[in-house]
Amino acid sequence: MTTEKRLISLSVNGELQAKIVEPRMSLADFLRIELELTGTHVGCESGVCGACTVNINGQTARACTILAVQVEGDEVTTIEGASESGEFRDLQDAFHARNALQCGFCTPGMLMMSAELLTQNSKPCRQEIREYLSGNYCRCTGYEAIVDAVETVAQTRNARVGEQDD
Amino acid sequence: MTNASNDNHLFRPNSYIGRTVPRPNAKRLLNGRGNYTDDTKLPRMVHVAFLRSPYAHARINKIDKNQAIKAPGVVAVVDGHDIAEVCAPWVGVLAHLEGMKSAEQHALAIEKASWEGEPVVAIVASTRALAEDALELIKVEWDILPVVTDMEAALGEDAEIIHESLGDNLAWRRTMDAGDVGASFDHAAHIIEERYISNRHTGVCPESRSIVADFNSADDQMTIYQSTQAPHMMQSLFAKHIGLDTHKVRVICNDVGGAYGIKVHAYPDEFATVALSYMLGRPVKFVADRRESFLSDIHARDHRIDTRVAVTANGEITAFEIDDWTGVGPYSAYPRTSAMEALQVLNFTGGQYRNRNYKGRATVVYQNKTPMSQYRAVGHPIVTMITEGMVDDAARAIGMDPLEIRRRNLIADDAYPTTSASGLPFEKLSHQASLDKLEKMINYAELRKDQAAARERGVYRGIGIATFIEMTNPGVASYGVGGAPITAQDGATVRLDANGNTTVAIGVTEQGQGSETIVAQCVASALGITLDSIKVITGDTDVTPYGGGTWGSRGAGIAGEAAVQAGKALRENILEVAAIMLQTDADSLDICENNVINHRDGEVRMPLSEIGRICYFRPDTLPPDFQAELVATRHYVPRQYPFAFTNGVQGCYIEVDIETGLIAFKKYCVVEDCGRVINPQLVDEQIRGGVVQGIGGALFEECRYNDRGELLNGTMSNYLLPTMTDVPDIEVAHIETPTSESELGAKGAGEAGTGAAAAAIMNAINDALSPLGGKVTQQPFTPERILSAIGKI
Ligand code: FES
Ligand code: FES
Repeated sequence: MTTEKRLISLSVNGELQAKIVEPRMSLADFLRIELELTGTHVGCESGVCGACTVNINGQTARACTILAVQVEGDEVTTIEGASESGEFRDLQDAFHARNALQCGFCTPGMLMMSAELLTQNSKPCRQEIREYLSGNYCRCTGYEAIVDAVETVAQTRNARVGEQDD
Repeated sequence: MTNASNDNHLFRPNSYIGRTVPRPNAKRLLNGRGNYTDDTKLPRMVHVAFLRSPYAHARINKIDKNQAIKAPGVVAVVDGHDIAEVCAPWVGVLAHLEGMKSAEQHALAIEKASWEGEPVVAIVASTRALAEDALELIKVEWDILPVVTDMEAALGEDAEIIHESLGDNLAWRRTMDAGDVGASFDHAAHIIEERYISNRHTGVCPESRSIVADFNSADDQMTIYQSTQAPHMMQSLFAKHIGLDTHKVRVICNDVGGAYGIKVHAYPDEFATVALSYMLGRPVKFVADRRESFLSDIHARDHRIDTRVAVTANGEITAFEIDDWTGVGPYSAYPRTSAMEALQVLNFTGGQYRNRNYKGRATVVYQNKTPMSQYRAVGHPIVTMITEGMVDDAARAIGMDPLEIRRRNLIADDAYPTTSASGLPFEKLSHQASLDKLEKMINYAELRKDQAAARERGVYRGIGIATFIEMTNPGVASYGVGGAPITAQDGATVRLDANGNTTVAIGVTEQGQGSETIVAQCVASALGITLDSIKVITGDTDVTPYGGGTWGSRGAGIAGEAAVQAGKALRENILEVAAIMLQTDADSLDICENNVINHRDGEVRMPLSEIGRICYFRPDTLPPDFQAELVATRHYVPRQYPFAFTNGVQGCYIEVDIETGLIAFKKYCVVEDCGRVINPQLVDEQIRGGVVQGIGGALFEECRYNDRGELLNGTMSNYLLPTMTDVPDIEVAHIETPTSESELGAKGAGEAGTGAAAAAIMNAINDALSPLGGKVTQQPFTPERILSAIGKI
């Protein structure tokens, strides 16, 4: 049952937010309902599918398994924020070109995870891509196009780095 | 019919037909700017949660709503009797499925619940969380009844009868007897009998079923935002059961987060949501949570099939015989019924082979589990598993190579038009060419060598081949003739605006397949404009021409053709105006890249923006007796054939770890013939996504029940889906055999991947296990089943 609501303040996509929420509200619901950031999706409500993946203080996290009150004072980035800052525009373009999405429901989570992978491992092989993203379900694509897109971005980024080195 | 290859617009060099172009509407999804139904927020909107039956079969003695109605935020608490006053019940039968029976079904159960998860009471509250809180305050007195779970036991003497009014638990039965099966079995060199089991699984749409109903009593308008595949069908059904005229019901379908056939049915909780909005006069939202999705989304593929195949010593297959049983839950689904899967198993089995002797029986029974109905590739995975299982059985019996036996028995590519033993009409298929292509693609001879060498090292690898037929472009024979409000036609309206850009409104919907993109490609090619000057509108019954929606692999073939014809019609209208303006003959003009040009030398005469400007703002400069029409609508429905069959073949090479029973894919190839390919990338991705769904059913997915009819694995952590590390890269190739029924020549491709994957995998496993004398015939092919097949456990 409901218990007393609490005031939380945090930064979401660079904007400071202060809201009064029920302690039981998940971060996913907080983002979607309170802040109307509907790009974060809820597929399983149980931390399995990865559709709700966001970034908290520089690390991906599943917004359905975290309570809004737990992110007090944190910095949260959602797909909306990442899209506006353009931090992984190249991934979005590669997904588009390779048709690495169909219904798009898994896509925000896939992009958040892919972006994190490429910051940790700039030259992932296909198997490493598959392993890193294996906690993100996609029911439409069969996954291959997603692997292709991430691989392409890794190669392009490396080529760019290579040019700068020369 | 015009011969497609003569049309210089669709197939001229700069046409978009046959070209990979990215999907314009994918960008918003990539930016988190999609608009799925749960993203809809309306003034005064309230939320509904359902109390669902915790029992598979139980009488409802009493419902005490008194506490719940007083709970914080609660707006209404409604039971089956209340909702029946505004929402009429339905019966899921179709006239052409002769002898089929089903019971009356209500939006909320009245008197008794017949499956675990059937909605019983609805609570409407200001938030979903408060509605769920109040659910706990409802007290229901139940009388638990005996359950029917096993499909064959459902017809036993002492079986509990789920619906007394029906007399027994038989939903439908049909038999088929073609040629002379008896004589074939009498003379066969070998007869192989086998039982195959296909497992109950479900679609698991990433976005669960979602609906917002908004009844405005002031103007009697019901506006419904729904994640659906068939807006016009839903419009008819909601209007009918709530008692509104169809024009008072508007169904809007924005972005859909996966559907796969799950969202083509009318669900009781969605009817209840619409009825609640009608009762309350305000917007009501229902979004299924994951557990409710597992309990209430349509399940599929639960079949048990006994098969018999006759083969001569030289490898000629001379008879197929099947006895198919399926249990479909307590009610036949509405409005498509729960018999189509069995019907397709009966009609399609063995359909790619020359054999003329075929006997079959399909039995559909009721039981106390979640209702079953159509899910992507309806029946095909079962058809292909048993057909290709039987063919491999026959090959093994006579020691013939699996490719060779198929080559001898497949219908030859020059034998068309022809029919299957069961009477399916085939316009033109390419089994032989597809098989040849696959043999090269997968490098068959090399794989056989590798397999032999691996065996020497005690490593068990196997090749699985599965040829298939696939029903696409369904005509009126599928549902219309049975009395369902499901149109087989689709329509497109194409409009040139004042700036020379084009808007297309079309009846199909988009769930990510790329419907809007291929429609744009068709219109752009037929009209002579560039893709960036087109906007496609789908999913709004107030706006689009009446259409069937997206299911049955009909988008490209049916809506694509409507789009082509509408584009051509608008081109003629535009050229008529242009001819007047340029004082020339319309025949001497053409449209190319948004300009009116000379047909003969391609010289640009006038941009389309000029046509728009004159027609809309300065019609006074046109002759007084001339009225320009910069809008054209065309509809299309296939008439010559009841459906367009496609064909193809899947092949995979796998390694089975005989210590763990785990499978590793080493190669996966698909050759597919969907006729004209409009966008190669989109088709390939349909195939890949389809194959992976097929792999899911073959290796992981299963709705597991106990003998009390309770679902044991209704969460994503214990209902296993294929993940990125479980599936291989998939090579896809095409043979193109266009249908001559339409100018575009496209057939469907959305289900072919799913239809044959389980068969290819089963055959590969059994090929790998053959030296060990093991064989699996029950899906999913889990490590446990593989190990027990070879006697390890
Ligand atoms: S919704 Fe959070 S992991 Fe599935
Ligand atoms: S694109 Fe639909 S779930 Fe991934």
